[in-house]
Amino acid sequence: MAGKIRLEVVTPEGGIVNVDTDIVMAPGSLGEFGVLQGHTPFLTTLKIGTIRYKGDGGSEECVFVSGGFAEALPDKVTVLAESAERTCDIDVGRAREALERAKKRLAGQGEPDTDFIRAKAAMDRAMYRLNLLETGR
Amino acid sequence: MATLKDVQTKIGAVKKTKQITKAMNMVAASKLRGAQANMDGFRPYAAKFNEVLGSLAEKAGEDASPLLRPREEVKKVHVVLCTSDRGLCGGFNASLILRAQLFLKEKLDQGIEVSFTNFGKKGRDWCRKTNAPIINQHLGIVGGVFGFNVASTSGRNLIDGFLDETYDEVYIINSEFVSMAKQFPVLKKIIPVPPIEHEETETPDETKPFLAEHLCEPSPDELLGDLLPRNIYVQLYSALLETSTSEHAARMTAMDNATKACDDMVENLTLAYNKARQAAITAELMDIVGGAEALKG
Repeated sequence: MAGKIRLEVVTPEGGIVNVDTDIVMAPGSLGEFGVLQGHTPFLTTLKIGTIRYKGDGGSEECVFVSGGFAEALPDKVTVLAESAERTCDIDVGRAREALERAKKRLAGQGEPDTDFIRAKAAMDRAMYRLNLLETGR
Repeated sequence: MATLKDVQTKIGAVKKTKQITKAMNMVAASKLRGAQANMDGFRPYAAKFNEVLGSLAEKAGEDASPLLRPREEVKKVHVVLCTSDRGLCGGFNASLILRAQLFLKEKLDQGIEVSFTNFGKKGRDWCRKTNAPIINQHLGIVGGVFGFNVASTSGRNLIDGFLDETYDEVYIINSEFVSMAKQFPVLKKIIPVPPIEHEETETPDETKPFLAEHLCEPSPDELLGDLLPRNIYVQLYSALLETSTSEHAARMTAMDNATKACDDMVENLTLAYNKARQAAITAELMDIVGGAEALKG
Protein backbone atom coordinates (compact mmCIF):
# COMPACT_ATOMS: atom_id res chain seq x y z
CA MET A 1 0.00 0.00 0.00
CA ALA A 2 1.40 3.32 -1.02
CA GLY A 3 1.75 6.11 1.52
CA LYS A 4 -0.30 9.22 1.78
CA ILE A 5 -0.38 11.99 -0.73
CA ARG A 6 -1.33 15.56 0.04
CA LEU A 7 -4.19 17.12 -1.88
CA GLU A 8 -4.57 20.86 -2.04
CA VAL A 9 -7.40 22.59 -3.85
CA VAL A 10 -6.88 26.33 -4.16
CA THR A 11 -9.16 28.95 -5.67
CA PRO A 12 -8.70 32.71 -5.91
CA GLU A 13 -11.06 33.04 -2.95
CA GLY A 14 -8.96 30.79 -0.77
CA GLY A 15 -8.09 27.18 -0.11
CA ILE A 16 -10.93 24.67 -0.20
CA VAL A 17 -9.27 21.39 0.65
CA ASN A 18 -5.97 20.53 2.26
CA VAL A 19 -5.80 16.90 3.29
CA ASP A 20 -3.62 13.82 3.24
CA THR A 21 -5.23 10.99 1.37
CA ASP A 22 -4.51 7.69 -0.32
CA ILE A 23 -5.65 8.47 -3.81
CA VAL A 24 -6.80 11.45 -5.84
CA MET A 25 -8.88 11.22 -9.00
CA ALA A 26 -9.13 14.31 -11.19
CA PRO A 27 -10.81 15.18 -14.50
CA GLY A 28 -7.92 16.06 -16.83
CA SER A 29 -8.83 17.71 -20.08
CA LEU A 30 -7.53 14.66 -21.96
CA GLY A 31 -9.15 12.19 -19.64
CA GLU A 32 -9.63 11.37 -16.00
CA PHE A 33 -6.52 10.41 -14.11
CA GLY A 34 -5.65 9.07 -10.70
CA VAL A 35 -2.65 9.98 -8.60
CA LEU A 36 -0.99 7.87 -5.94
CA GLN A 37 2.06 8.70 -3.94
CA GLY A 38 5.22 8.74 -6.03
CA HIS A 39 3.60 10.01 -9.19
CA THR A 40 5.86 11.49 -11.86
CA PRO A 41 5.72 15.29 -11.89
CA PHE A 42 2.78 16.05 -14.09
CA LEU A 43 0.95 19.14 -15.19
CA THR A 44 -2.41 19.22 -16.90
CA THR A 45 -5.44 21.36 -17.50
CA LEU A 46 -8.74 20.26 -16.01
CA LYS A 47 -12.20 20.28 -17.42
CA ILE A 48 -15.42 20.76 -15.50
CA GLY A 49 -15.82 17.82 -13.20
CA THR A 50 -15.19 16.37 -9.80
CA ILE A 51 -12.04 15.69 -7.91
CA ARG A 52 -12.46 12.59 -5.81
CA TYR A 53 -10.35 11.48 -2.93
CA LYS A 54 -10.60 9.12 -0.04
CA GLY A 55 -11.58 10.81 3.20
CA ASP A 56 -10.47 9.83 6.66
CA GLY A 57 -13.09 7.16 7.22
CA GLY A 58 -12.43 5.58 3.85
CA SER A 59 -15.48 7.30 2.42
CA GLU A 60 -15.22 8.98 -0.95
CA GLU A 61 -15.23 12.78 -0.89
CA CYS A 62 -16.06 14.88 -3.91
CA VAL A 63 -15.05 18.42 -4.84
CA PHE A 64 -16.57 20.16 -7.81
CA VAL A 65 -14.14 22.12 -10.02
CA SER A 66 -15.08 24.38 -12.88
CA GLY A 67 -11.91 23.80 -14.85
CA GLY A 68 -8.43 24.98 -14.03
CA PHE A 69 -5.24 23.03 -13.83
CA ALA A 70 -3.49 20.54 -11.62
CA GLU A 71 0.08 19.83 -10.76
CA ALA A 72 1.04 16.44 -9.43
CA LEU A 73 4.29 15.92 -7.59
CA PRO A 74 5.44 12.69 -5.96
CA ASP A 75 4.00 13.68 -2.60
CA LYS A 76 1.52 16.37 -3.43
CA VAL A 77 -1.29 17.30 -5.82
CA THR A 78 -2.13 20.94 -6.23
CA VAL A 79 -5.33 21.89 -8.00
CA LEU A 80 -5.78 25.49 -9.09
CA ALA A 81 -9.39 26.09 -10.00
CA GLU A 82 -11.28 29.27 -10.76
CA SER A 83 -14.01 27.97 -8.56
CA ALA A 84 -14.38 24.82 -6.53
CA GLU A 85 -16.83 23.58 -3.94
CA ARG A 86 -17.22 20.55 -1.78
CA THR A 87 -20.42 18.70 -2.45
CA CYS A 88 -21.93 19.97 0.77
CA ASP A 89 -21.15 23.59 -0.13
CA ILE A 90 -22.87 23.61 -3.48
CA ASP A 91 -25.59 26.23 -3.64
CA VAL A 92 -28.55 24.47 -5.24
CA GLY A 93 -30.60 27.59 -5.72
CA ARG A 94 -27.79 29.38 -7.46
CA ALA A 95 -26.99 26.45 -9.70
CA ARG A 96 -30.66 26.16 -10.70
CA GLU A 97 -30.82 29.85 -11.48
CA ALA A 98 -27.64 29.66 -13.52
CA LEU A 99 -29.06 26.73 -15.44
CA GLU A 100 -32.27 28.60 -16.23
CA ARG A 101 -30.33 31.64 -17.31
CA ALA A 102 -28.07 29.63 -19.56
CA LYS A 103 -31.01 27.79 -21.10
CA LYS A 104 -32.75 31.04 -21.84
CA ARG A 105 -29.63 32.43 -23.41
CA LEU A 106 -29.12 29.35 -25.53
CA ALA A 107 -32.75 29.43 -26.62
CA GLY A 108 -32.24 32.95 -27.91
CA GLN A 109 -29.05 32.12 -29.73
CA GLY A 110 -30.29 33.72 -32.94
CA GLU A 111 -29.61 37.08 -31.34
CA PRO A 112 -26.22 38.47 -32.25
CA ASP A 113 -25.23 39.31 -28.68
CA THR A 114 -25.45 35.78 -27.41
CA ASP A 115 -22.12 34.35 -26.50
CA PHE A 116 -22.89 30.77 -27.34
CA ILE A 117 -19.71 29.24 -25.97
CA ARG A 118 -19.97 30.99 -22.64
CA ALA A 119 -23.62 30.19 -22.20
CA LYS A 120 -22.90 26.58 -22.97
CA ALA A 121 -20.06 26.53 -20.45
CA ALA A 122 -22.31 28.10 -17.82
CA MET A 123 -24.95 25.49 -18.51
CA ASP A 124 -22.39 22.70 -18.23
CA ARG A 125 -21.21 23.99 -14.91
CA ALA A 126 -24.71 24.31 -13.50
CA MET A 127 -25.77 20.89 -14.73
CA TYR A 128 -22.66 19.29 -13.38
CA ARG A 129 -23.20 20.83 -9.96
CA LEU A 130 -26.81 19.68 -9.78
CA ASN A 131 -25.93 16.26 -11.05
CA LEU A 132 -23.21 15.86 -8.49
CA LEU A 133 -25.60 16.79 -5.73
CA GLU A 134 -28.24 14.32 -6.82
CA THR A 135 -26.05 11.33 -7.40
CA GLY A 136 -23.45 12.14 -4.79
CA ARG A 137 -20.62 11.50 -7.23
CA MET B 1 -15.62 89.06 17.76
CA ALA B 2 -17.96 86.14 17.41
CA THR B 3 -20.90 86.11 19.74
CA LEU B 4 -21.33 83.33 22.25
CA LYS B 5 -24.20 81.81 20.34
CA ASP B 6 -22.17 81.65 17.10
CA VAL B 7 -19.28 79.85 18.72
CA GLN B 8 -21.60 77.41 20.38
CA THR B 9 -23.30 76.53 17.10
CA LYS B 10 -19.96 76.10 15.45
CA ILE B 11 -18.75 73.75 18.18
CA GLY B 12 -21.88 71.66 17.79
CA ALA B 13 -21.37 71.47 14.05
CA VAL B 14 -17.75 70.38 14.32
CA LYS B 15 -18.66 67.75 16.89
CA LYS B 16 -21.25 66.31 14.51
CA THR B 17 -18.73 66.24 11.70
CA LYS B 18 -16.41 64.41 13.99
CA GLN B 19 -19.04 61.79 14.68
CA ILE B 20 -19.38 61.18 10.97
CA THR B 21 -15.67 60.99 10.24
CA LYS B 22 -15.18 58.67 13.16
CA ALA B 23 -17.95 56.38 11.96
CA MET B 24 -16.47 56.37 8.47
CA ASN B 25 -13.12 55.53 9.91
CA MET B 26 -14.54 52.55 11.69
CA VAL B 27 -16.49 51.37 8.67
CA ALA B 28 -13.35 51.62 6.56
CA ALA B 29 -11.40 49.71 9.18
CA SER B 30 -13.83 46.82 9.16
CA LYS B 31 -14.01 46.77 5.37
CA LEU B 32 -10.25 46.85 5.25
CA ARG B 33 -10.11 43.72 7.31
CA GLY B 34 -12.38 41.99 4.83
CA ALA B 35 -10.33 43.19 1.88
CA GLN B 36 -7.12 42.07 3.49
CA ALA B 37 -8.61 38.66 4.18
CA ASN B 38 -9.50 38.40 0.49
CA MET B 39 -5.96 39.31 -0.44
CA ASP B 40 -4.58 36.71 1.93
CA GLY B 41 -6.91 34.10 0.49
CA PHE B 42 -5.75 34.90 -3.00
CA ARG B 43 -2.04 34.86 -2.29
CA PRO B 44 -1.50 31.07 -2.30
CA TYR B 45 -3.31 30.79 -5.61
CA ALA B 46 -1.28 33.58 -7.19
CA ALA B 47 1.98 32.21 -5.85
CA LYS B 48 1.35 28.72 -7.15
CA PHE B 49 0.11 30.09 -10.43
CA ASN B 50 3.23 32.14 -11.02
CA GLU B 51 5.42 29.22 -10.11
CA VAL B 52 3.74 26.96 -12.64
CA LEU B 53 3.66 29.66 -15.27
CA GLY B 54 7.33 30.40 -14.76
CA SER B 55 8.37 26.81 -15.19
CA LEU B 56 6.14 26.40 -18.22
CA ALA B 57 7.42 29.53 -19.88
CA GLU B 58 10.90 28.07 -19.78
CA LYS B 59 9.77 25.05 -21.71
CA ALA B 60 7.32 26.47 -24.17
CA GLY B 61 8.29 28.22 -27.37
CA GLU B 62 7.81 31.91 -27.84
CA ASP B 63 5.09 31.39 -30.38
CA ALA B 64 2.95 29.41 -28.02
CA SER B 65 0.30 32.07 -27.87
CA PRO B 66 -0.56 35.24 -29.76
CA LEU B 67 -0.77 36.92 -26.37
CA LEU B 68 3.01 36.72 -26.11
CA ARG B 69 3.74 38.41 -29.39
CA PRO B 70 4.27 42.17 -29.26
CA ARG B 71 2.84 44.13 -32.17
CA GLU B 72 5.39 45.80 -34.37
CA GLU B 73 3.47 49.00 -34.66
CA VAL B 74 1.52 50.20 -31.69
CA LYS B 75 -1.23 52.59 -32.69
CA LYS B 76 -3.91 52.00 -30.13
CA VAL B 77 -3.45 51.24 -26.48
CA HIS B 78 -6.00 50.43 -23.87
CA VAL B 79 -5.81 51.29 -20.21
CA VAL B 80 -7.63 49.62 -17.37
CA LEU B 81 -7.95 52.31 -14.74
CA CYS B 82 -8.84 51.16 -11.26
CA THR B 83 -10.12 53.84 -8.90
CA SER B 84 -12.67 53.90 -6.15
CA ASP B 85 -16.36 54.69 -6.51
CA ARG B 86 -16.48 57.08 -3.63
CA GLY B 87 -14.45 59.98 -2.44
CA LEU B 88 -13.36 61.07 1.02
CA CYS B 89 -10.25 58.97 0.91
CA GLY B 90 -7.53 61.58 0.76
CA GLY B 91 -5.33 61.76 -2.30
CA PHE B 92 -6.08 58.18 -3.29
CA ASN B 93 -8.02 58.79 -6.48
CA ALA B 94 -6.14 61.95 -7.33
CA SER B 95 -2.83 60.10 -7.44
CA LEU B 96 -4.23 57.31 -9.59
CA ILE B 97 -5.77 59.78 -11.97
CA LEU B 98 -2.59 61.80 -12.12
CA ARG B 99 -0.75 58.66 -13.19
CA ALA B 100 -3.34 58.06 -15.89
CA GLN B 101 -3.09 61.66 -16.99
CA LEU B 102 0.67 61.47 -17.45
CA PHE B 103 0.34 58.24 -19.36
CA LEU B 104 -2.42 59.61 -21.55
CA LYS B 105 -0.38 62.68 -22.40
CA GLU B 106 2.72 60.67 -23.17
CA LYS B 107 0.85 58.38 -25.55
CA LEU B 108 -1.11 61.15 -27.22
CA ASP B 109 2.12 63.02 -27.87
CA GLN B 110 3.39 59.96 -29.68
CA GLY B 111 0.24 59.92 -31.79
CA ILE B 112 -1.16 56.83 -30.13
CA GLU B 113 -4.84 56.50 -29.44
CA VAL B 114 -5.80 55.65 -25.89
CA SER B 115 -9.04 54.11 -24.72
CA PHE B 116 -10.13 53.16 -21.24
CA THR B 117 -11.84 50.50 -19.21
CA ASN B 118 -12.87 51.94 -15.89
CA PHE B 119 -13.25 50.22 -12.61
CA GLY B 120 -14.66 52.80 -10.26
CA LYS B 121 -16.66 55.95 -10.69
CA LYS B 122 -13.93 58.48 -10.00
CA GLY B 123 -11.80 57.32 -12.91
CA ARG B 124 -14.81 57.17 -15.16
CA ASP B 125 -15.82 60.72 -14.31
CA TRP B 126 -12.32 61.86 -15.11
CA CYS B 127 -12.40 60.07 -18.47
CA ARG B 128 -15.69 61.72 -19.28
CA LYS B 129 -14.31 65.11 -18.42
CA THR B 130 -11.24 64.69 -20.60
CA ASN B 131 -13.31 63.11 -23.37
CA ALA B 132 -11.21 59.99 -23.38
CA PRO B 133 -13.06 57.10 -25.01
CA ILE B 134 -14.49 54.68 -22.46
CA ILE B 135 -14.94 51.18 -23.79
CA ASN B 136 -16.16 49.55 -20.64
CA GLN B 137 -17.05 50.63 -17.16
CA HIS B 138 -17.63 48.63 -14.04
CA LEU B 139 -19.03 50.43 -11.05
CA GLY B 140 -19.68 49.09 -7.58
CA ILE B 141 -16.81 46.63 -7.69
CA VAL B 142 -13.77 48.27 -6.19
CA GLY B 143 -14.26 48.55 -2.45
CA GLY B 144 -17.09 46.07 -2.43
CA VAL B 145 -17.34 42.33 -2.47
CA PHE B 146 -16.49 40.74 -5.78
CA GLY B 147 -15.48 37.34 -7.05
CA PHE B 148 -12.93 36.09 -9.51
CA ASN B 149 -15.56 36.00 -12.24
CA VAL B 150 -15.49 39.80 -12.41
CA ALA B 151 -11.85 39.64 -13.38
CA SER B 152 -12.29 36.79 -15.81
CA THR B 153 -15.25 38.38 -17.57
CA SER B 154 -13.53 41.67 -18.01
CA GLY B 155 -10.21 39.98 -18.76
CA ARG B 156 -11.84 38.05 -21.56
CA ASN B 157 -13.07 41.30 -23.08
CA LEU B 158 -9.55 42.70 -22.95
CA ILE B 159 -8.11 39.62 -24.64
CA ASP B 160 -10.80 39.65 -27.32
CA GLY B 161 -10.05 43.31 -27.95
CA PHE B 162 -6.38 42.55 -28.32
CA LEU B 163 -6.89 39.57 -30.59
CA ASP B 164 -9.26 41.36 -32.95
CA GLU B 165 -6.81 44.27 -33.03
CA THR B 166 -9.09 46.82 -31.43
CA TYR B 167 -5.97 47.72 -29.50
CA ASP B 168 -2.33 46.72 -29.64
CA GLU B 169 -1.36 46.94 -26.01
CA VAL B 170 -3.20 46.82 -22.73
CA TYR B 171 -2.02 48.49 -19.55
CA ILE B 172 -3.42 48.54 -16.11
CA ILE B 173 -3.21 51.32 -13.57
CA ASN B 174 -4.00 50.35 -10.03
CA SER B 175 -3.00 51.17 -6.53
CA GLU B 176 -0.53 48.96 -4.81
CA PHE B 177 -1.08 48.29 -1.16
CA VAL B 178 2.23 48.45 0.68
CA SER B 179 1.13 49.21 4.19
CA MET B 180 -1.60 51.00 6.06
CA ALA B 181 0.16 54.30 5.55
CA LYS B 182 1.52 53.70 2.08
CA GLN B 183 -0.29 53.02 -1.15
CA PHE B 184 0.94 54.20 -4.50
CA PRO B 185 -0.23 53.95 -8.10
CA VAL B 186 1.48 51.49 -10.42
CA LEU B 187 1.29 51.05 -14.16
CA LYS B 188 1.79 47.63 -15.71
CA LYS B 189 1.60 46.24 -19.20
CA ILE B 190 -0.53 43.13 -19.19
CA ILE B 191 -1.03 42.36 -22.89
CA PRO B 192 1.08 41.36 -24.75
CA VAL B 193 2.35 39.37 -21.84
CA PRO B 194 5.89 40.56 -21.17
CA PRO B 195 8.51 37.82 -21.29
CA ILE B 196 7.98 35.80 -18.18
CA GLU B 197 11.10 35.73 -16.14
CA HIS B 198 11.55 32.89 -13.85
CA GLU B 199 11.29 34.35 -10.42
CA GLU B 200 14.44 34.59 -8.48
CA THR B 201 13.75 31.59 -6.41
CA GLU B 202 14.24 31.99 -2.75
CA THR B 203 13.76 28.31 -2.26
CA PRO B 204 16.85 26.23 -2.85
CA ASP B 205 17.40 24.96 -6.34
CA GLU B 206 16.65 21.37 -5.44
CA THR B 207 13.05 21.79 -6.47
CA LYS B 208 13.92 23.14 -9.86
CA PRO B 209 14.97 19.97 -11.67
CA PHE B 210 11.66 18.51 -10.65
CA LEU B 211 9.74 21.27 -12.31
CA ALA B 212 11.81 20.95 -15.43
CA GLU B 213 10.87 17.31 -15.77
CA HIS B 214 7.14 17.78 -15.64
CA LEU B 215 5.07 15.71 -17.96
CA CYS B 216 2.60 17.98 -19.62
CA GLU B 217 -0.80 17.19 -20.92
CA PRO B 218 -1.57 18.57 -23.46
CA SER B 219 1.77 19.86 -24.79
CA PRO B 220 3.63 22.67 -22.97
CA ASP B 221 2.70 25.09 -25.73
CA GLU B 222 -0.97 24.31 -25.46
CA LEU B 223 -0.84 24.43 -21.70
CA LEU B 224 0.79 27.81 -21.83
CA GLY B 225 -1.80 28.97 -24.32
CA ASP B 226 -4.44 27.94 -21.83
CA LEU B 227 -2.72 29.47 -18.84
CA LEU B 228 -1.88 32.86 -20.31
CA PRO B 229 -5.45 34.16 -20.42
CA ARG B 230 -5.84 33.00 -16.85
CA ASN B 231 -2.66 34.83 -16.01
CA ILE B 232 -4.30 38.01 -17.21
CA TYR B 233 -7.37 37.35 -15.06
CA VAL B 234 -5.11 36.68 -12.11
CA GLN B 235 -3.32 39.97 -12.61
CA LEU B 236 -6.57 41.84 -13.02
CA TYR B 237 -8.06 40.25 -9.94
CA SER B 238 -5.02 41.00 -7.89
CA ALA B 239 -5.05 44.60 -9.14
CA LEU B 240 -8.68 44.95 -8.07
CA LEU B 241 -8.02 43.43 -4.68
CA GLU B 242 -5.04 45.70 -4.12
CA THR B 243 -7.00 48.76 -5.17
CA SER B 244 -9.89 47.87 -2.87
CA THR B 245 -7.60 47.33 0.06
CA SER B 246 -5.74 50.55 -0.68
CA GLU B 247 -8.99 52.47 -0.91
CA HIS B 248 -10.09 51.37 2.53
CA ALA B 249 -6.68 52.01 4.00
CA ALA B 250 -6.55 55.45 2.42
CA ARG B 251 -10.02 56.28 3.66
CA MET B 252 -9.17 55.09 7.12
CA THR B 253 -6.11 57.31 7.27
CA ALA B 254 -7.96 60.28 5.81
CA MET B 255 -10.83 59.91 8.24
CA ASP B 256 -8.47 59.45 11.13
CA ASN B 257 -6.80 62.74 10.21
CA ALA B 258 -10.17 64.41 9.84
CA THR B 259 -11.22 63.22 13.28
CA LYS B 260 -8.03 64.60 14.76
CA ALA B 261 -8.55 67.90 12.96
CA CYS B 262 -12.05 68.04 14.45
CA ASP B 263 -10.61 67.53 17.91
CA ASP B 264 -8.21 70.41 17.37
CA MET B 265 -10.98 72.65 16.13
CA VAL B 266 -13.23 71.87 19.05
CA GLU B 267 -10.38 72.69 21.38
CA ASN B 268 -9.70 76.04 19.74
CA LEU B 269 -13.36 76.91 19.55
CA THR B 270 -13.91 76.02 23.20
CA LEU B 271 -11.07 78.35 24.07
CA ALA B 272 -12.64 81.11 22.01
CA TYR B 273 -15.99 80.37 23.60
CA ASN B 274 -14.60 80.60 27.11
CA LYS B 275 -12.80 83.82 26.31
CA ALA B 276 -15.97 85.33 24.91
CA ARG B 277 -17.93 84.19 27.93
CA GLN B 278 -15.33 85.65 30.26
CA ALA B 279 -15.36 88.92 28.37
CA ALA B 280 -19.14 89.09 28.65
CA ILE B 281 -19.04 88.48 32.37
CA THR B 282 -16.34 91.07 32.87
CA ALA B 283 -18.33 93.60 30.87
CA GLU B 284 -21.42 92.91 32.93
CA LEU B 285 -19.54 93.23 36.20
CA MET B 286 -18.09 96.53 35.05
CA ASP B 287 -21.61 97.73 34.31
CA ILE B 288 -22.87 96.73 37.73
CA VAL B 289 -19.89 98.18 39.54
CA GLY B 290 -20.15 101.36 37.47
CA GLY B 291 -23.89 101.63 38.26
CA ALA B 292 -23.31 101.09 42.00
CA GLU B 293 -20.56 103.74 42.05
CA ALA B 294 -22.86 106.20 40.27
CA LEU B 295 -25.68 105.60 42.80
CA LYS B 296 -23.32 106.16 45.72
CA GLY B 297 -22.45 109.39 43.97
